[in-house]
Amino acid sequence: MLRIIKERLHQKYRTLDYPRQKPALSPRYLGRPTLANVECGDCRACFEACPTGALLPDPAGPDGRARTPVLDMGRCIFCGACRAACPKGAFRFSGEHRMAVFRREDLLVSAAPDPQADAPAPAYEPPFPPRDYSLFRRSLKLRQVSAGGCGACEADCNVLGTLAYDLGRFGIEFVASPRHADGLLLTGPVSENMRRALLDTWAATPKPRLLAVVGACAISGGLFRDSPQCRNGMDGLKGTQGTDDLHVDLFVPGCPPNPWSILDGLLSLRRKN
Amino acid sequence: MFSFDYRQPADMDSLPLLDAAELRRRVIRAVDGGWRMLAFFGLPETARPGAPAGLCCVLAHDATRTLAALRTPPLEQFPSLTPDCPQAHYFEREMYEQWGLEPVGHPWLKPVRRAPDAEGDGESAAYPFYRADGDEVHEVAVGPVHAGIIEPGHFRFQCYGENVLHLEIALGYQHRGLEAMLAAASAYGPAQTTARRLLLLECAAGDSSVAHATAHCVLWERLTGQDVPERAWLLRRVGLELERLANHCGDLGAIAGDTGFLPTSSWNGRIRGDFLNMTASVCGNRFGRGLLRYGGTAHDLCPEECEDLTTRLRAAGRDARGAVDIMLDAASVRDRLNGTGALNRADARALGLVGVAARACGLPLDARFHAPVSDLPGTEPCLEQSGDVLARALVRSREMDDSLALVEADLSRLAARTGARTAATPPAPPSRLPARKLAVAQVEGWRGEICHLAVTDAEGELLACKIVDPSFHNWPGLALAMRNGQISDFPLCNKSFNLSYCGHDL
Ligand code: SF4
Ligand code: SF4
Repeated sequence: MLRIIKERLHQKYRTLDYPRQKPALSPRYLGRPTLANVECGDCRACFEACPTGALLPDPAGPDGRARTPVLDMGRCIFCGACRAACPKGAFRFSGEHRMAVFRREDLLVSAAPDPQADAPAPAYEPPFPPRDYSLFRRSLKLRQVSAGGCGACEADCNVLGTLAYDLGRFGIEFVASPRHADGLLLTGPVSENMRRALLDTWAATPKPRLLAVVGACAISGGLFRDSPQCRNGMDGLKGTQGTDDLHVDLFVPGCPPNPWSILDGLLSLRRKN
Repeated sequence: MFSFDYRQPADMDSLPLLDAAELRRRVIRAVDGGWRMLAFFGLPETARPGAPAGLCCVLAHDATRTLAALRTPPLEQFPSLTPDCPQAHYFEREMYEQWGLEPVGHPWLKPVRRAPDAEGDGESAAYPFYRADGDEVHEVAVGPVHAGIIEPGHFRFQCYGENVLHLEIALGYQHRGLEAMLAAASAYGPAQTTARRLLLLECAAGDSSVAHATAHCVLWERLTGQDVPERAWLLRRVGLELERLANHCGDLGAIAGDTGFLPTSSWNGRIRGDFLNMTASVCGNRFGRGLLRYGGTAHDLCPEECEDLTTRLRAAGRDARGAVDIMLDAASVRDRLNGTGALNRADARALGLVGVAARACGLPLDARFHAPVSDLPGTEPCLEQSGDVLARALVRSREMDDSLALVEADLSRLAARTGARTAATPPAPPSRLPARKLAVAQVEGWRGEICHLAVTDAEGELLACKIVDPSFHNWPGLALAMRNGQISDFPLCNKSFNLSYCGHDL
């Protein structure tokens, strides 16, 4: 018993006072991309390098000249291949872990219109929720559904329960049954074999309910996009039979997202204008 | 039997074509003589989809570091090996499902990866679960959506009171078609193919990213005869051992949690994160994504970074040791773990278990020892004899010490030799693979031996790219360990194996 108490004293208090204190992330962590506006000419290097088709030609070029593509964070696995491939340095990653958004289209990142290459990127302003989630302000119980994928997204949700993050202090908890839940948190590209179980779990979640999708797989299929065994995450599932009332409330991009990104996403439902 | 050194690719043309009965006879004799089945799979004749396939079996003799390969011409049926060689049981089921080759006389021919209630598939809707009959026998069904944050799988218990007569584990919910995607990667053009395959394998099992990436790189390097600088081996091993530390630490915490010993459970959750964050310091990603490249690594460390990592490693190592020791010294914990979910050595060997679960039964299987990927000095396997949850916990606890020592030594070597050629400028991937070769890579991930295998055709196209995660061997071991145990032991027993669903389902 004394040894346990002694060890307890040694192990100390380790919970970070998030969001007041910022987490210290590895300098090599990529984080949210910021794009610089460059003239691409005939170069297609980044399109060829990107393994997930996350780069889309910028449709807005008024003069018809090719410019920095738009980066879809919903597909991006943050591999950095585009940054390595671009000869003009169009791709930068800011180390910003706050990446969650409320609408699919907000995952599209384009270059700042003003091509001031040397100007420091403006501080990132996370979006405000478009709907009122105040019902879940003090207590949010989520049922996690893992549907395909690699298990790393699940692992990064799981650690939120550990004492470094201590999700419980925010009144947020993962619960054992959808019947006890205020919503689902989905990970994985929705494998064919999990599709029905996912829809059954959604049907078993009482309304009002919300849906958070975490990771490139769950948003768009990620690396498993277009595998015949998967449904391309919510991109592919939406509009198919039995999914009429599936509405995504929160998108957390990443492969896997850093646990702080997931925590920030869940807390962002409480952000107020 | 055609045998070869484990590091050398074998010439497909020197492999005699045997008939199925002869292959069966030879494999059974070899397994009786101490060889182990690494992989047993359908080998198509040509890369064309739907081409007729024959059998190919790769065996390992660990003591002499020798591999052997046997194959047959294309066939549709073959006499099942399973009745005389249980190691073949799961492979033969996979073979039937994936290549349509029927093992005649297989005692338990059921799907491996098709979920029992997959929609629109009448055949699989009636998944033939084993059922025990009797007045007081009842059935408990769990999953695919579990109570915690875990991957999906289905467990079906036949119970008599609290006693588990039989557990059947039906997986496949995580099946993403990974092997088909690996084959299809060549459609993305030569520049993308290698990169894409590596990315896919980093996601084969997310908690074993570095191990699967290492296996894939080693496989390709062996196939093409590519040398890897020592510095890259050091960095790869830092990644691999940090992965082991993080997961062993997390698993011991989970075992503490299911024992009700909460201090270690909560501390280890945090310390596991410290190890993951150290991996992120090396490559930016907590799971080691993007660390490896064909022929080297994508990242290198400067002396200051090595020093910083060493300081953090020592602190996390001290914390982990303290947390695990008070748990393993607590009489209440030992009493709970002792004798729970025990497997004996003969069964473990017959089923072909690998990794922590095999070492806990006294089988000296550790690919770092019997099939080292580099010339770096290594470790000896940590063995326990009792085969129960306690043994699996003790193996992990001792391996943490070994891994800590390895990473610290590697970091100091990395710091000392900065003048050496940097590892982070790997060579360009090969534009084509040599023709008609079979190469094998065995890498000891934290769960156990990961085996990747590639066979090329006359044009250097991939005929087969087989991934065998340790979970593939070990899930049947978990089912057996539960037999005649209490159903309430299942969570604890499950944590002590901690097998991968996606690594199995691919
Ligand atoms: S970082 Fe994202 S956008 Fe860039 S190449 Fe990788 S997946 Fe594509
Ligand atoms: S998004 Fe990436 S980390 Fe998450 S499940 Fe998919 S492959 Fe794994």
